[in-house]
Amino acid sequence: MSLITCKNLSFEYDGIAVVKDINFDVTDGDYLCIVGENGTGKSTLIKGLLRLKKPFQGEIILNQELAANQIGYLPQQTIIQADFPASVFEVVLSGCLNNLGFKPFYTGKEKRLAKENMQKLGINHLKNDCYRDLSGGQKQRVLLARALCATKKIIVLDEPAAGLDPIVTNELYELIHNINSKYGITIVMVSHDIKATLRYASHILHLHNTQLFFGSTEEYLQSEVGRKFVGGYE
Amino acid sequence: MINILREMFSYPFMARAVLVGTLVALCASLLGVSLVLKRYAMIGDGLSHVGFGALAVAAVLNASPMLVSIPIVVISAFLLLRLSENSKIKGDAAISLISTGALAIGVMVISMSSGMNTDVNNYLFGSILSMSQSDVNLSIGLSIVVILLFILFYNRIFAVTFDETFAKATGTNVQIFNMIIALLTALVIVVGMRMIGALLITSLIVFPALTSMRLAKRFITVTVNSAIISVICLWIGLIISYKYSTPAGASIVICNIVAFIIYSIIEKIKERVIKE
Repeated sequence: MSLITCKNLSFEYDGIAVVKDINFDVTDGDYLCIVGENGTGKSTLIKGLLRLKKPFQGEIILNQELAANQIGYLPQQTIIQADFPASVFEVVLSGCLNNLGFKPFYTGKEKRLAKENMQKLGINHLKNDCYRDLSGGQKQRVLLARALCATKKIIVLDEPAAGLDPIVTNELYELIHNINSKYGITIVMVSHDIKATLRYASHILHLHNTQLFFGSTEEYLQSEVGRKFVGGYE
Repeated sequence: MINILREMFSYPFMARAVLVGTLVALCASLLGVSLVLKRYAMIGDGLSHVGFGALAVAAVLNASPMLVSIPIVVISAFLLLRLSENSKIKGDAAISLISTGALAIGVMVISMSSGMNTDVNNYLFGSILSMSQSDVNLSIGLSIVVILLFILFYNRIFAVTFDETFAKATGTNVQIFNMIIALLTALVIVVGMRMIGALLITSLIVFPALTSMRLAKRFITVTVNSAIISVICLWIGLIISYKYSTPAGASIVICNIVAFIIYSIIEKIKERVIKE
């Protein structure tokens, strides 16, 4: 089942095309990594998928079962969050906001969902800790739990390992892999870490202001663009 | 102590000041948490200067000060929000532009009509004597609206404050809630300005939130503590103001400074204890 289909998609900033002619689709259960050098349109494409930026041309078709506001998102961390006084539970719970509709307050249902997702990510013991006191890896787990609260099907991650040390990075990738394989959540991730990408991703989308490659990871390794890009990192 | 309180409340203007002051302190501190965390504290400062300009114009036109300043300040709030979000003149510069501009217009308007020196002083530094009964009624009404809206939208305000991008991506109308926060801030500033003064009203927004953040670790406790600190400082400030005939606004702000220092010291001690 195809969750997201992008057709002839292009984006521009102030009249200058950043990325164009993107065609790919994300199927239920996929682990898609978007790779490419800096400034080649990866984050812009992510913003487009999340409806934070309107496409200049083309369209993004969502599966009927996937409402636009039910895509979980793990954004890059902001400066505001660095000293934000909030408990882990409060942050995770805020992911349930799109379930509320017009209700002003969370009910038992949302609180249960938040607890479930904290359990899944092994941060139950941090429930009452202050978000600003956590380590980088713990923060990402909290934000991942929040993203899980917002979705049943798909999570979009924007360089989740940025600024983490290698051990924590591996743990995080393991965790994301787990979410994908164990809970069947579709993953769309922007990543710089080509080794981890090749290890876990089922599909690769390579951007360089346009689409250089889209297909399975095996195909990518056979392709010329894939061999070049991967080779450059070894 | 009891005697002083009894004496204070025997004056109707003092009772009014305590009532309106408590409500304003409550509203300002609730919104303050979000404004400080969103790095919007300076918007409050800009708005209070705009409020001063509006009050001056109202005084010259002989119009009701509140009815003139509320729409002007609300419009400026939306303008400042837009400016700080997407404009070539960035946040802080835009705010200084608008606030000093409004201040200059206010001073100009006042100087063109003669004999208003005490009034200028009142607007800048506040006066509890300046509240008429209709002002009081309006203030109470507005404060209740602010508190109700804040409670109703609490969860959304938290989400928008903590992570605008995520909130937007998961379908929360961030723009609307930023506007609600700006609108509520504008109302609080207009209501509080008469009593605390245009130059000092921002402190009611900033101080309690920052003080409370020294120690509290959850958003809800930060918010509740901020409200409690704010109201207590206001009461102590008003008592000092009454007992020693000091200006109410300044007395309240001094109390807030003291509270901030006490909380900061406790925070440092706590950190040291945890380290050892």
